[in-house]
Amino acid sequence: MSAPFQDFSGMAARFKGTNINTDAIIPAAWLRTAHADFGRGLFARWRYDDAGNEIPGFVLNQEPFRRARILVADENFGCGSSREAAVWALMQFGIRCVLAPSFADILYENAFRNGLLVGRIGPETLARLDAAITVHAQNPVFAISLSETTITDPDGTAHHFAVPRSRAEALLRGDDEIAITLGHLADIEDFHKRMQQSMPWLHRDPRTGWPSA
Amino acid sequence: MSQSSSSHIPRSIFEKIWASHLIKTLDDGRDLVFISRHVLQETTSAPAFKKLRETGRAVRHPELTVATQDHIVSTEPKRDEATNPGGLELLRLMRANAYANRIRHFGVDDPRQGIVHVIGPELGIALPGCILTCGDSHTSTVGGLGALGIGVGTSEVEHVLATQALALTRPRTMRITFTGPLPAGVGAKDVILHAIGELGIAAGQGCAVEYAGEPIRAFTVEQRLTLCNMSIEIGARLGLVAPDGATFAYVRGREFAPTGDVLDRAMAAWRKLPTDPDTRFERDFVVDCRNLAPQVTWGTTQQDVAGVDQCIPDPSSYATAQRRELAAAAISYMGLAPGTPLEGIPIDVAFIGSCTNSRLGDLEAAAAIVRGHKVASGVRALVVPGSMSVKRAAEAQGLHHLFRDAGFEWREAGCSMCVSINEDLVPPGARCIATSNRNFEHRQGPRSRTHLASPAMTAAAAIAGAITDSRRMMLI
Repeated sequence: MSAPFQDFSGMAARFKGTNINTDAIIPAAWLRTAHADFGRGLFARWRYDDAGNEIPGFVLNQEPFRRARILVADENFGCGSSREAAVWALMQFGIRCVLAPSFADILYENAFRNGLLVGRIGPETLARLDAAITVHAQNPVFAISLSETTITDPDGTAHHFAVPRSRAEALLRGDDEIAITLGHLADIEDFHKRMQQSMPWLHRDPRTGWPSA
Repeated sequence: MSQSSSSHIPRSIFEKIWASHLIKTLDDGRDLVFISRHVLQETTSAPAFKKLRETGRAVRHPELTVATQDHIVSTEPKRDEATNPGGLELLRLMRANAYANRIRHFGVDDPRQGIVHVIGPELGIALPGCILTCGDSHTSTVGGLGALGIGVGTSEVEHVLATQALALTRPRTMRITFTGPLPAGVGAKDVILHAIGELGIAAGQGCAVEYAGEPIRAFTVEQRLTLCNMSIEIGARLGLVAPDGATFAYVRGREFAPTGDVLDRAMAAWRKLPTDPDTRFERDFVVDCRNLAPQVTWGTTQQDVAGVDQCIPDPSSYATAQRRELAAAAISYMGLAPGTPLEGIPIDVAFIGSCTNSRLGDLEAAAAIVRGHKVASGVRALVVPGSMSVKRAAEAQGLHHLFRDAGFEWREAGCSMCVSINEDLVPPGARCIATSNRNFEHRQGPRSRTHLASPAMTAAAAIAGAITDSRRMMLI
C-alpha cells in the first residue's frame, strides 16, 4: 500500500540512455542486506568512482538535477532483473515520476505497487521535454497532474503522458492491492477447491508429500 | 473448471493455461489469476514477510509454496549458511520466514538445495500447465516444461503469499518459430542468443512468447529450460515450449511430481495443452538457425551478439543513430575495437553455471570439450552446478575429477558469478566468458566485462585462454 499520489511540481532531469537496466539503477552490492540505503545506491556505478566520490559529469550529481523529482528517460527503462529495489532507490532518492517511451514489464508493475508514477510518452513529447529541460536548465520545474495525465513545462505548456485510467485512479486513491484482492477471497477459495478436483496433480503438498487438504 | 470447450476458436498453450487459472476478470480489465506454484529465494522475499507481519496477514497456501537459498549463498566447497558472512542476514531471514510460515525450505543444509529455477523442475514442483511465480526475472525458465513462469517484484511476492492470486494484465501472444536443423555443435543457448540478436532485447515487451519449430522439438527438456530462461532478455513477460513425450518422461518420478492415477490424469490433460493448429498470434516471427554458428556476445546487452566466426561490428554499420551510439558505448566499455575477430579475444575468467546453463547436460557438454585438456595459465575457471542434485549426478560420472584435473574449480550450488551479490566476483576490468544470462555493465562485479556463450564455448575458451570456436575442439 502506498500513500495517495499527490500532484506536485518539481525538478525534472533528462536521463539519457536506451535500455537502462535495473542492475544500473541499483547494483547488486546494495541488495545484500534487508536495510540498505537505496537512495544512496541509485545509479551507484555511474554516480561514484571507485573511492566513493561523486563523478561530476553524471547528471544526478549536478545542480539542480540532484534535486530531481521527475526523470525523463528513453525506451525500455528498467529492463533486466526483477529487483523492486530499483523502484525503492528511485523513490528514496526523491523521484516520484518517470516518463519514458516504454518501460520493461516488471519495473512497470513494481512502480505502481509503490506509488511511483510511470507514464508513457511519444517521441515528440520526449523531444519537447528534452528541449524544455535544456532551455530551463537553471530551474527546470515541471508540474505533474495525474488526474489530467499532463506534465506542464516551465513555459506553461502542458504535455500529455499515458497511464491506463484504472491504474491512475488506483494511484490517486493509494489502493492497497492486497486488500482489494482479499476482497475477492471467496472467489479465490472457491476456485482453489474446484482446481483441487480438476487438477489434483497441482495439489501435492511438498511438506508432506501427500495431497493437501 | 470445464476442460471440454465447445469453442472452435483455436487457442495457444498460453491461452489454455491462462484460462485454466483465471478466477475472474476485474473491473479494471486485469485478470485475477490463481498462482498454483510460488517459489521463494532469499534476496527478494524478506521485505514481503516483514510487511505481512506488519499488516497481520497470513500466508494463505504454504503448501503451494517452497523456498530455497541460492543468490547470496557461498559456493565454497563444504560451505554452510555462515561461510559468506555478508549473506548471513538474508539467509537466516529466509529460513526463519519459511519455518514460521510452514513453508518447505531447501536451505544450504538440504541435499536438494540449488538455484530456484533449477530445483523447481528438478524436484517436480514446477509442472506442465501450472502458473508459477517467483521474485526473480528468470522465472520464465520453467516454461521449458510447458508452464507459465512469471517473474515478479517483492510487492507481488507479498501479494501471492497473502492471496495465492495476482491481478495481471493479460500478456499479448507472440510466437518465435525456429527453422532448423541446427548445425552440429550449436544448441539452445546459441539459438536464444541469436533470436535476441535478431529481434532485440525489448521485442517481447508485454508478451507471452511460445517457442516453436523443429529444433525445439529436438531439444531435451534441459535445453528447453535454457531457451525459456532467457525470455526476459528478449523483454518478454514469459516464454514457453509445449510439452511432449520428452516432457512427460522428464517429469515422471520427480520427488514431488504426481504419481499413479493422478499422474495419468495429469498427462491426459497435459496432452491437450499444445497450441491448436491455425492459432493466430498477435506477433509471429521466424528465426532461421540453419547456418547458425556458436554465438557469443561482444557488448553490454544480449542483442550485442554474433557468431564466433564474426568480428566486433563497426558501430557505423547500424541503421539508426541510437544503435550506433549504443554499440560504440558497449565496445568501449568492453575494451574492444571494431573489426577485431571475436575468436582470439583473451579471457581472464570462465564461468560455467547460473540458472541458464548449470544442469547436468550443460556440465556434460562442457566436460566433452575439457576432457584431455588443461585450463590456460592465468585463467580462473569455475564450474558451479545449479543444484546439489546436479552436483551429485555429475560426480557419479566422475565429472568433478575431470574438471578439477583440468584446473577448474568445482563448487557448491548457487547463483554464484552470474549476479555478483555473493562472494563470486569478476575482478575490475577483467574479461569473463560466462554461461549466464546478463552481460550488463558491472553485472559480474564493478567494471567486469562479460561475454555470454554456451557451456561448450565457455569450456573451449577456458582451455584456449581466449574466445575460440568450440566446434574445432570437438574434432580434436
